[in-house]
Amino acid sequence: MNAPGTVKERNFINADYGIKSWLLTLDHKRIAILYLLSTTFFFVVGGAAAVLFRLELLTPASDLLQADTYNKMFTIHGVAMVFFFLIPTIPAVLGNFLIPLMIGARDLAMPRLNLASWYVFNLGGLLALMGIAGGGVDTGWTFYTPYSTTYANSQVILTALGAFVSGFASIMTGLNFIVTIHTMRAPGLKWFRLPLFVWAHYATSLIIVLGTPVVSITIVLVALERLFHIGIFDPALGGDPVLFQHLFWFYSHPAVYIMILPAMGVVSELITCFARKRIFGYKFIVASSMGIAILGFLVWGHHMFVSSQSIYAGLVFSVLTMLVAVPSAIKMLNWTATLYRGSISYQTPMLYAFGFLGLFTIGGMTGIFLGNLGLDLHLHDTYFVVAHFHYVMVGGMVMAYLGGLHFWWPKITGRLYPEGWAKLSAIIIFVGFNFTFLPQFVLGYMGMPRRYASYPDEFQMLNIFSTAGASILGFGYLFPMIYLTWSLFRGKKAGPNPFDAKGLEWTVPSPPPTFNFTETPVVTEEAYDYPI
Amino acid sequence: MSHGLISTELYYKIFATLMALTTLTVIAAFIDMGALNDIIAMGIACTKALLVILFFMHVRYNSPVTWIFVSAGFVMLLIMLMLGMNDYVSRSWDAPPSPWTAPPSAAPASH
Ligand SMILES: [Cu+2]
Repeated sequence: MNAPGTVKERNFINADYGIKSWLLTLDHKRIAILYLLSTTFFFVVGGAAAVLFRLELLTPASDLLQADTYNKMFTIHGVAMVFFFLIPTIPAVLGNFLIPLMIGARDLAMPRLNLASWYVFNLGGLLALMGIAGGGVDTGWTFYTPYSTTYANSQVILTALGAFVSGFASIMTGLNFIVTIHTMRAPGLKWFRLPLFVWAHYATSLIIVLGTPVVSITIVLVALERLFHIGIFDPALGGDPVLFQHLFWFYSHPAVYIMILPAMGVVSELITCFARKRIFGYKFIVASSMGIAILGFLVWGHHMFVSSQSIYAGLVFSVLTMLVAVPSAIKMLNWTATLYRGSISYQTPMLYAFGFLGLFTIGGMTGIFLGNLGLDLHLHDTYFVVAHFHYVMVGGMVMAYLGGLHFWWPKITGRLYPEGWAKLSAIIIFVGFNFTFLPQFVLGYMGMPRRYASYPDEFQMLNIFSTAGASILGFGYLFPMIYLTWSLFRGKKAGPNPFDAKGLEWTVPSPPPTFNFTETPVVTEEAYDYPI
Repeated sequence: MSHGLISTELYYKIFATLMALTTLTVIAAFIDMGALNDIIAMGIACTKALLVILFFMHVRYNSPVTWIFVSAGFVMLLIMLMLGMNDYVSRSWDAPPSPWTAPPSAAPASH
C-alpha cells in the first residue's frame, strides 16, 4: 500500500510483472530466486525419501519398505541432495545474487548463460525425476560399477543422465563467476580487497570448471557400457570396474569442496559482521581456499582403500588426505581468532555460523579417522561414514546456507525475518541434527553397515534415537520455510543495511534495483573495515 | 579481438598439417615399433591437439590469463593420470598379506 502522493520505489522484484518476466529474465538476482525455488524443491524431494527410510529403520526387520524399495529411497535421497541441492545451492542462489553486488557490477559477465544454466539444471532435474517416476534407481548416488553397468535393472541411464546434464549447469555458473570476478570488479576493488565470499566462489568455480567434465564423461561411459558393452569397466572385455571409482571420485571428492568452500565463504562474512571485527588473517583464508581447491584433487583414492586399489596407492592417498586437513584447520583457527575479543551479538545468522564451526569440526576430524588406512578397514561402509559426511555436508553446507539465507534475506526481499522464530528454528535444527547423527557414529563404530533395510536387534535403540532426531530436524527445516514465506508479506521493512554490515551489497537499497548501482562505486578501503 | 588475427590461409595450412598427421597416425599403426608404438601415437595426437588449441581455439592470441586456465586443464589431466597410474602400476607388486585372507593355520585342511 502506498500512501497517496508517494511513488513506489523501483527494485528488481517490482521492475516487471508476470510469469514471463521471470522465466525470460536476464537479471542475476531474479535467476537466483528461480534457483532458490528449484533447489528447495529438490531438498524437499530428498528430505521426503529420508523420512521414509528413517521410519523403516525404526525396526530391525525390513517391514515398512521392502529391501529394494529401501535401496531406491536412499538413492533418491543421495541423488537429489548431492547433485540437485548441496552442490548447486550456495553458488547458484547466494553466489548468483551477491557476487555482482559485492564487486560493484551491474550483472554477471554472461547473463544469458546464467539463465541457460537454470534451464539446463531443471532439465537435468526433470530427467532424474523421470528416472524416479519410471521405477527408480537402486545403485546409490555413486553409480558404482559393475552393479550399475551390468546387474542393476532399474532406471540407471535416466538418472545418470540427469546428473550429467545438471553438471553442465554447474560448469556454466562456474565459468560465469570466473569471468565476472576477473573482468568486472569495481574501480579500486583489488584482488586482496575482495570479500572472502567472492574468493571462496572463485576457488569453487575453478574446481567446478576443472572437475565436472571428468564426472560427466564417466557417467556417459557408464551409460555406453550399459547400452553397448564397450568394455571400459567390464573385466571380461578388458576393462576395470575400479577405474570407475577412480574417475568418479576424482570429481566427487573435490565436489565436497564445491559444497563446503562457498559455505566457508558465507561463514567468513557472518563471523566478521557479528563480531564487529576485521577478519583475522585475510590472506591466509584466501590462500587456504585456493589450497583446498588444488589439494582437493589429490586425495580421491581415500574412498577406495578396500576396493582392491593397490595398498601402495592407498598409502600415498592416505598421506595426501592428512595434508588437505591443513587449509581447513587454518580457516577454523582464523575464525576463532576473529571471534577473540570481538563484540559478538547472537543473532540468527551468527547462531548458524557457530553451528557450522562446531559441526564442521566434528565432520572434518572424523574424516581424519577415515583417511587412516588401518582404521578405515574397520569403518569403511559403516554408519560412521554416513555420520561423518552428514556432519560435513549438513553440519557444514546446510548450516552455512541457512545462516547466509537469513543474513541476506532482508537484502533479497526487502523484509526482515521474525528473529524469535528464526532463533528457535536454528536451535531446533542444531539439536535435531546432533540427535540424528551422533548415534550413527556409535552404530558405525559397532559395525553396522550402511545401505541395508534390516539390521541385528542390538542396533535398534540407537536407530530409534536417530529417527527421533530426524523428526526434530524435519520440523527445524519446516519452520524457516513457513516464516520466511510469511515474512515476504508481513515482515517488517528492512532498510538497506539492517545488520550494519560492511560490503558493497549493503550500500544499495533492499531489494536492489535491477541494475544494482546507479553509479559505479569506487572502492577505497579493505574488506571488513569493522570498528574492532 | 582475436578473430582478425588469423588469416584464412593459416587456417588452411593448419588443416593440411592436421590431415598429414592423421595420415601419419594411420601409417604408424601398421608399423610395429615395439615399445615406441604408444609413444609415437601419443606424440602425434598431442601435436594435433596442440595445433587445434593454439590456432583453431585462438589461445595463441589470447591473454596470459587464458594461458593459465588452459594449462590448468592439462595439469589436472596430469594429476589424474599420475595418481591413477600410481594404483595400476603398483597393483601387481608383492603386497603384504591382506587382513581379509585367513592365516594359513586357520585355513581348512584340504584333505
Ligand atoms: Cu573424499
